[in-house]
Amino acid sequence: MDDFLAARLQMAFSLGFHIVFACIGMVMPFFMTVAHFYWLKTKKVVYKDVTKAWSKGVAIFFATGAVSGTVLSFELGLLWPTFMEHAGPIFGMPFSLEGTAFFIEAIALGFYLYGWGKLNPWFHWFTGIVVGISGLLSGILVVAANAWMNSPAGFDFVDGKYLNIDPIKAMFNDAWFSQALHMSIAAFVSTGFAVAGVHALMILKGKNVTFHSKAFKIAAVFGTVAACLQPISGDISAKDVAHRQPAKLAAMEAHFHTERNAPLIIGGIPDTANKKVDYAIKIPGLLSFMTTGDFNGEVKGLDTVPKEDQPPVAVTHYAFQIMVGLGMAMVLIALLYFIALWKKQQWLKSNWLLKLFVIATPMGFIALEAGWTVTEVGRQPWIIQGVMRTADAVTPMPGIAYSFYLFTAVYISLAIIVSLLLYRQIAMVGKLYDSSTKPHKN
Amino acid sequence: MIYVVIVFLWTSILLYVLLGGADFGAGIIELFTSKKNRSKTRKTMYEAIGPIWEANHMWLIIAIVILFVGFPKIYTTVSIYLHIPLVCMLLGIIARGTAFVFRNYDAVKDDMQKVYTPIFIYSSLITPFFLGIIAASSVSGQIDMQAQDFLSAYVFSWLNWFSVAVGIFTVSICGFLATIFIIGQTANDDDRSFFIRKARRTIYIVMFCGALVFVAAYHENIPLATWIFGDTLGLIVIIAASISLVIMFFLLQRKKPVFLRLLAGFQVTMILFAATYSHFPDIVLIKNGSNLSLLIHQGQAKAIDTLGYALLIGSIFILPALAYLIYIFQLKKEVQEVH
Repeated sequence: MDDFLAARLQMAFSLGFHIVFACIGMVMPFFMTVAHFYWLKTKKVVYKDVTKAWSKGVAIFFATGAVSGTVLSFELGLLWPTFMEHAGPIFGMPFSLEGTAFFIEAIALGFYLYGWGKLNPWFHWFTGIVVGISGLLSGILVVAANAWMNSPAGFDFVDGKYLNIDPIKAMFNDAWFSQALHMSIAAFVSTGFAVAGVHALMILKGKNVTFHSKAFKIAAVFGTVAACLQPISGDISAKDVAHRQPAKLAAMEAHFHTERNAPLIIGGIPDTANKKVDYAIKIPGLLSFMTTGDFNGEVKGLDTVPKEDQPPVAVTHYAFQIMVGLGMAMVLIALLYFIALWKKQQWLKSNWLLKLFVIATPMGFIALEAGWTVTEVGRQPWIIQGVMRTADAVTPMPGIAYSFYLFTAVYISLAIIVSLLLYRQIAMVGKLYDSSTKPHKN
Repeated sequence: MIYVVIVFLWTSILLYVLLGGADFGAGIIELFTSKKNRSKTRKTMYEAIGPIWEANHMWLIIAIVILFVGFPKIYTTVSIYLHIPLVCMLLGIIARGTAFVFRNYDAVKDDMQKVYTPIFIYSSLITPFFLGIIAASSVSGQIDMQAQDFLSAYVFSWLNWFSVAVGIFTVSICGFLATIFIIGQTANDDDRSFFIRKARRTIYIVMFCGALVFVAAYHENIPLATWIFGDTLGLIVIIAASISLVIMFFLLQRKKPVFLRLLAGFQVTMILFAATYSHFPDIVLIKNGSNLSLLIHQGQAKAIDTLGYALLIGSIFILPALAYLIYIFQLKKEVQEVH
């Protein structure tokens, strides 16, 4: 395997792995503190049981996310030294703040996990809130750093030199808000649906139904509300990308020719050689409307971008379709769930709604990974949009392919062990967490 | 502001060596404990380490972020030429961090524990070993930016007797920190004398490994002795560390655990100080003499300034919270036991 490709794949794998753990690690504390709040308010033991079970999940995901994050902070230099040499000081601000946020999260998690019976109950609860907020802040800061790669700011690029750098301006680049918003909501959607799906399955199996029903409701409400907000943030992102990175938008849409009244292309197989999309559904004018607010607005196509600066169309287009398709599916499930909550209480007891949630378990995370594929592949061939090419940033060390195989093997084994651990945690709910079925000590 | 950043960098490395090192030591001690006493060692250790475990490893992230934001040239040079030991260290960090959590949070305690435990103890050994190799390679002057072939550019940059000796020395330091730490955690007199015997043995091993480093340095023509003893301050530092080690050796039985821990921390601080002071401001020595310096190879002023402010603001949040965490789970417990 080509070293450059291996470096890209290793980075993609490491990020793809880390993102799942980081998202769960930053969103689950919110579920946990909601359950904890109900326990403190209502004194119903089932909420305490749910809180404790979820806090174990948080511990597992946080620790795995922390090590995979540590690895990433080294991999940036190991794989992309030329990039880091120039970008480090410019986009380092969010990373140094993220270090603080992450540290606070680790400290608060220490209080939370070991604090049962040792701390004032409300202070204990508050440390859980701190875990969630600092986790969310970490996520926003890291995404701000990624946004800088899409929308470089805070320096002057003169004759290949990076002058007059301003780390604050770099952090608040044009893309940071839309990306951070989209990603934060996505974390809630994917974690909410994944957690709700698991508990729905257990309810269907008839195991510890009260326990799982309480857990399901908290996760489902978070996930479904976030799912309905996501299209709004998606719209903000799309308009922003159309304006800042027309090549990326064109690749997402497989939009080859600049035109007015541009159609929204749904699905289809992009044919790059002949510059057309086969078997697609085309809704006339909708793309123009969505990106410019006017059905006759002009949308730039790939023909405005020199061939050597064009991102891969097929991967970006497919990934975008997967993300939007799954996002819409989750919005539908969310709407059904809201109807059930407000009007049709009997639906909540019926199996079909729970089955829908079970099917949707992985949807959020697949959409999330697809979304990152769009962001990253859509920016190619640039590592810093318009400034530095990815191929120029890669390490001179040969043999990266072996490193890629090694890390892939490690990440796959970790994924398997974490899945086993989760399976066991869930299977043991009746014995370890649910007070109504748990064997009493002494 | 550059000096603020350097102080933060040095302190993060020191705290990682001290706190992370004691954590690694826990696994190393477990490895060198007979099967019979293993579960005792483990239990005593993890009751103490559990709550602050995650925080101990954050110092490495802080140090690496300071490097790539403030000193990008140094970060990238090390990343390129020490790629292989860095990857080995990272694999150790992954294996260790996850195995620690897996063995504590697996809901079913079964044969999988036999998978997690060896991963945990061997990665506890490997990680500080490569950490030592990386530290030694930064001063052994074998990094060669003009190297034409793979071996001299990416392998002999770090593979020599000196760095291997420093790797072993780092492992012994971690074991030393852990045994001193554990003495204060013991529940009864039997355990206490068991771990005191262990601490004595570790002190011998540390001294032996330290001597090994000097022998290896001599063999590799690295003027280590001149660096450390050729300077008054360096000499004072080393003498202070040695005296405190002797004091500690005799007071193991008597003194309070907090005092022992402070002494151990002092010794390791002195070792790190002696190792870094003589080159300052150089931090990575290069074969052709064009060494990387913290003062020359710093980022642009504005990057250093914002980094410094970010660190200062960060420490306002982190340090009190961390102190309170340690207070609640360490000191308070001891106070309760006394009363």
